Amino acid sequence: MSTPATTERMTRLLSLVPYLTARPEGVPLAEVARDFGVPERQLRRDLELLWMCGLPGYGPGDLIDLSFEGDRVRVTFTAGMVRPLRLTTDEAVALLVALRTLLDLPGLAEQDAVSRALAKVSAAAGHAAERVTPVALSVDAREQALAVVREGLERGRALHLHYYVPTRDERTERTVDPMRLHLVDGRWYLEAWSREVAGVRLFRLDRIDDVEVLDEPAAPPPQAAPRDIASGVYQPPPDAPVVRLRLARTARWVAEYYPVEDVREVDDPPGGLAVALRTADLAWARRLVSSLGGAAAVDEPAELAAAVAADARAALARYGPGDAGA
Amino acid sequence: MSAKRAERLVNLVIALLGTRQYVTAARIRATVPGYEPDDGTARADEAFKRMFERDKAELREMGVPLETGRTSVFDTEDGYRIARADYELPEITLTGEEAAAVGLALRLWESAQLAGAAHSALLKLRAAGLDVDPGRALPIQPRLDSDEPAFEPAYAAARDRRVLQFDYRRPDEDTPARRRVQPWGVVAWHGRWYLVGRDLDRQAPRVFRLSRVVGTPRAVGPENAFEPPADLDLAAVVAGQAGRSGGGEEHVVVVRARPGTAVGLRRGAQPLGAGEDGEDRLQLRTTEPWRLADQLAAYGPDVVVEAPAEVRAAVVERLTRLAAMGERA
Repeated sequence: MSTPATTERMTRLLSLVPYLTARPEGVPLAEVARDFGVPERQLRRDLELLWMCGLPGYGPGDLIDLSFEGDRVRVTFTAGMVRPLRLTTDEAVALLVALRTLLDLPGLAEQDAVSRALAKVSAAAGHAAERVTPVALSVDAREQALAVVREGLERGRALHLHYYVPTRDERTERTVDPMRLHLVDGRWYLEAWSREVAGVRLFRLDRIDDVEVLDEPAAPPPQAAPRDIASGVYQPPPDAPVVRLRLARTARWVAEYYPVEDVREVDDPPGGLAVALRTADLAWARRLVSSLGGAAAVDEPAELAAAVAADARAALARYGPGDAGA
Repeated sequence: MSAKRAERLVNLVIALLGTRQYVTAARIRATVPGYEPDDGTARADEAFKRMFERDKAELREMGVPLETGRTSVFDTEDGYRIARADYELPEITLTGEEAAAVGLALRLWESAQLAGAAHSALLKLRAAGLDVDPGRALPIQPRLDSDEPAFEPAYAAARDRRVLQFDYRRPDEDTPARRRVQPWGVVAWHGRWYLVGRDLDRQAPRVFRLSRVVGTPRAVGPENAFEPPADLDLAAVVAGQAGRSGGGEEHVVVVRARPGTAVGLRRGAQPLGAGEDGEDRLQLRTTEPWRLADQLAAYGPDVVVEAPAEVRAAVVERLTRLAAMGERA
């Protein structure tokens, strides 16, 4: 019956007069629009509508009154709308869960402020906060590198780090200019300009083995554009070669874990799943298939299957004949 | 929503906030602009009734505490009012630091499940006079997995404490099975959403991964049908479940690795020095020996298992299967 858009506009309409009441000196229209997250055009429509509303009687002294001075808007009569509507359960949950999550983050210097904010918001939320909160966000709380990385960001210093690259099973050493920290799906990532590769890279914090803050200032070059991670941290290039696998039942989790395409059910193996993965890195694919211990068959490319088998034969040769029939 | 309806709803809120008396529907119809006027026909009465019902539902949906009752015993029908104390957000003041924390916290929901609720919460805090700027100071970008269609119904059922019914398919099962659950809550754990609750058919607490739900979960039965455990820690339930899959018992495994290889393995290993053949001996601890065997097999000839015998056998078994794969291809 009520669409999100209806509720959204009503929330805005009921909040605007209290918002202006709390700022008696007036606010530039552009700032109000920004605070409410709407274009200025929409804001003007909202204000014009509110101007027509007021107390029963609806005479000149009963209607909400706004005054415009230059680009600033002020409320001169509120018709009794002085405070915003209390928080709904969903709003209280969104706030409280997020604050609790922050509280669990290690290395966050603002812990005290977070916990005070949490107490105040809980009190203001009243009934809406009384129940067991039906949502929890769990973040990886073990990052030792976090405090050092944040120090680098806050002081604007470059970082020197040892980074483990699982796809190549390598430990690399780099000097980076930190840009931002991301918390994506419960994991921390440092977005930084990597000087060695002259590009912006994401570094997962649990793969940073060693990190120190350097004395030299962080200076990401102008071409260091933040990465768009809205559709995931790992985005295989669309033209990357395709690896086609048939997953046995015990390996079907791969389709949940990695970005896959062309998923279809197959009978060989029974209850199996055919998937396509895109990767420019065949060494990574070889590791993946090997770690599945035979529960994934390689349909494509043939050299991948051959490499996996050759690796396995070389490994078997290192075990004694006594192990063969095991 | 039409501007006319928005205007009517705002006027209705102002009118009911501005009175201590209960106001009857007839009186609302006569005073608040925008309602179908009373021209004595049943058609107009019907139209008004429908409109008014919709408006009441809309306000309640938004959380406006619309009360019904009678001001005096002489009243012949129920009226409506909004108690200011229940309507208004209580006073709240935050220091600059606290406001920054709230702004940062709300960014967790950016484009995620509760983004809409987080946005309107932010508007209300601003309307209460707070300057909450989500972009301020901290160079941190939190983000949650945003694509989980089962979240909304699962969350709503947990919030309203209604039994949830859904088809659930584990990756190692061929067909989904119907589950009936008292949902206690939803948890984002290691980037994935889980539903925690009491499985009514198994009569035990269970954890379900939302991405394995087939179709749309359906809430059945009345609200407040159950009470979640008082000391519930949702994240701990999910973490406990995930940790249990290994059986819990710790195994010590010793391997030999060629120098300079198996970098990832060494990150969690204790070095035991070099073996006679010049290879590095490493000691690993795990509660999930079969997963470790998977990992060890993937290192191919770079790593050989010394002990224990069952892990050694498990790796050889995997390697044998992998070697055979090449023959078929």
